Amino acid sequence: MRHEVRFSGYGGQGIILSAVILGRAAALYDGKHAVQTQVYGPEARGGASMGQVVIDDRPILYPEVADPDIYAIMSQQGFEKYGVRARPDAVMLLDTDLVRSRPGCRYYEIPATAEAKTVLGREIVANIVMIGALVTSTGIVSREAIERAVLDSVPKGTENLNMKALKRGFELGERVCNL
Amino acid sequence: MIAPDWLREDRLPHIYCTGCGNGTVINCTLAAVEEMGWKRDETVFVSGIGCSSRAPGYILTDSLHTTHGRALAFATGVKMARPEFNVVVFTGDGDLAAIGGNHFIHACRRNVDMTVVCMNNHIYGMTGGQGSPTTPPGAISTTTPYGMSEPAFDLAELAVAAGANYVARWTSYHVKELTKAITAGMRTPGFAFIEARTQCPTNYGRHNKLRTVPAMIEHIRSHAMLIEKRDRLVREGRPVPEDIFTIGELVRRNRPAMGVRR
Amino acid sequence: MSRVEFMQGNAACAEGALAAGCRFFGGYPITPSTEIAEAMARRLPKAGGVFISMEDELASIAAVIGAAWTGVRAMTATSGPGFSLMMENIGYAAMTETPCVIVNVQRGGPSTGQPTRAAQGDMLQCRFGSHGDYSIIALTPNSVQETFDLTAKAFDLADRFRVPTFLMTDEIVGHMRERVTIPDAVDITRSSPLAEGSLPFEAGDDGIPGFAPFGSGRAVHVTGLTHDERGYPDTTDPAAHDRLVRRLVAKVESARRAIADYEVTNPDAGTVFVTYGPPSRTVEQVMRDYPDDAVGHLRLRVVWPFPEFALHEFPNAETYIVPELNMGQVVREVERHVDQPVVPLGKIGGELHTPAELVRALEAHR
Repeated sequence: MRHEVRFSGYGGQGIILSAVILGRAAALYDGKHAVQTQVYGPEARGGASMGQVVIDDRPILYPEVADPDIYAIMSQQGFEKYGVRARPDAVMLLDTDLVRSRPGCRYYEIPATAEAKTVLGREIVANIVMIGALVTSTGIVSREAIERAVLDSVPKGTENLNMKALKRGFELGERVCNL
Repeated sequence: MIAPDWLREDRLPHIYCTGCGNGTVINCTLAAVEEMGWKRDETVFVSGIGCSSRAPGYILTDSLHTTHGRALAFATGVKMARPEFNVVVFTGDGDLAAIGGNHFIHACRRNVDMTVVCMNNHIYGMTGGQGSPTTPPGAISTTTPYGMSEPAFDLAELAVAAGANYVARWTSYHVKELTKAITAGMRTPGFAFIEARTQCPTNYGRHNKLRTVPAMIEHIRSHAMLIEKRDRLVREGRPVPEDIFTIGELVRRNRPAMGVRR
Repeated sequence: MSRVEFMQGNAACAEGALAAGCRFFGGYPITPSTEIAEAMARRLPKAGGVFISMEDELASIAAVIGAAWTGVRAMTATSGPGFSLMMENIGYAAMTETPCVIVNVQRGGPSTGQPTRAAQGDMLQCRFGSHGDYSIIALTPNSVQETFDLTAKAFDLADRFRVPTFLMTDEIVGHMRERVTIPDAVDITRSSPLAEGSLPFEAGDDGIPGFAPFGSGRAVHVTGLTHDERGYPDTTDPAAHDRLVRRLVAKVESARRAIADYEVTNPDAGTVFVTYGPPSRTVEQVMRDYPDDAVGHLRLRVVWPFPEFALHEFPNAETYIVPELNMGQVVREVERHVDQPVVPLGKIGGELHTPAELVRALEAHR
């Protein structure tokens, strides 16, 4: 089954890295196929950033994301540019405090940035919280796969912090699903 | 003065005009190579386009006669890939200072270990005598029929400012000094730049009232002033004639260099 | 033990080059190719190689050619504007038979165009962009794995044929990440050495002279001027020029069957897609979603020299459809070589043809 996952937020949040981590988890640790792509402009910080992943059990031919069924949106501008046209049967995770709008599709509010700031003490891991919530709320890849992919991708010395962030995300994702 | 085994005799006669200064500069360079004791199989001559750049074609080593202005970039590739090679670049004022100006300043900045000999004849000779970035103000050429109206580049000063480890300027008249300077440049690790002011009787002298070769050489000689003399005049508050150029060693230093033989 | 990675096409390009023994990279940063230079800057010094950031793309290709003449495998990578700057020295590499690899991660042009969007608009420039007659080899990957494989292969082709060889990739393949298997070692074929007693530009029946890199003791004079078999300039004799340039073209064009690399799907089909690079993936998607023996696909991994004989592997072909990310470039080759109707399906703007667009084209033209 082909899934198309889109991450969006502002430059500097680790949006594209989130897409890379998810693709890595699927392609290297879950025995699936994945293609990760991104759209980017001249801004290195700020602006609307977008990264996406196609995940499939079969080899992926057409590599572009046309109509995502899963979204993780971490800024209002990101929502307006890359989330507002989500199809009705899509699932969207929103950073509760950074996105004011709500989509027409099913959505889960994840206070990823607030949790990262207050509970974990480092806003920079907000994207990892979001990935954790994405995994448990959608089951797009396994927990083991995403853990390994996160560990592959984060700077040395930050593994514990990132694992904590991921686990916190798992909990937030489970909680919204059970509501 | 040079050993014939450095010349491709099967390529003679060469293309240079009677009275051209390039042959003198090639002789001085080969004398310096001999002085250094370099082996033919470890020495590569590189050049761009123009009269000066035909020189490697007459020398019996591996040689790269490249595109206009880019000789230093090609030479950078040769030397960085094989630092054990001795790399010598022949270039001219058009090749080096006009189309190749950017490569020139960056090669000086990188200070790649090579020796660059510029035959500065103040003219695009091969294409028939057009004004170049070193054509003196007022000089007549086919593209400056009313006299050169642009200021000229001082190539040696440019090389100093851009960071070359060795910079000297002599003329085709100062054969011994020029040979010594090229040898000193070859000895200095890093980028060595030797400007040789030289005569182009056919395409420069003819249009600028220097109709004979001796007249041209005398013109160059009489306008060359030792750096030390220029400095003394300045120190003593005496006037320095505007139409002279300095000769001598401008710099010999030890900035970090690239591509030095390990 | 090979390793499996999830990496970008551009990173795989660098890995392919390193695996092939590339030990010199001269380049200049330009989107969307910069990751190749960055990877080479990280990796080459540790592999005993040289990375140098040159002052512009003219200098980059010049340094690569200089390095190649010392016998080292050398590469540069760029995109549209830088590719345009390289053209004169690409002609020099062709004229001097310098083995080297040039990667163009194509973006939207002309001029500065779309730095972060994909295109295949430099395919004719790659073939014809420098002045005069010459031939080159160009490879076109459609995946990250193929970027690795074809980059490595490009070095062999460059060496075997003594010709500048191009990896004509694009922003889509360059920036996408996929799983890639990187073998511990790849097979490497180098140039034939210059035989004792042979002149440095004297070729046998295959038109390819033996190679004596600098330091071989053969005192080779390399010039971009028309030259004889000794390498000496001979610029006025019409016969010398004719002999040299015809050989430069023929050594590549006469070997197009040996160089060719393509895939044929459904050879009995009446409607045949001809693709290279990422549009091939949309065609494959359509063929998977709507299986139909009447639709065929010729996918080229080598575009230049153009393998016209591959077009005739579809004996029942009634129509050829050529989707490319330009306004119709390689389609001209197809038109030149078949009698059937040929439909150009150019798309510009930076996005790949969608499956729906190709389905519509199929409905309109079958």
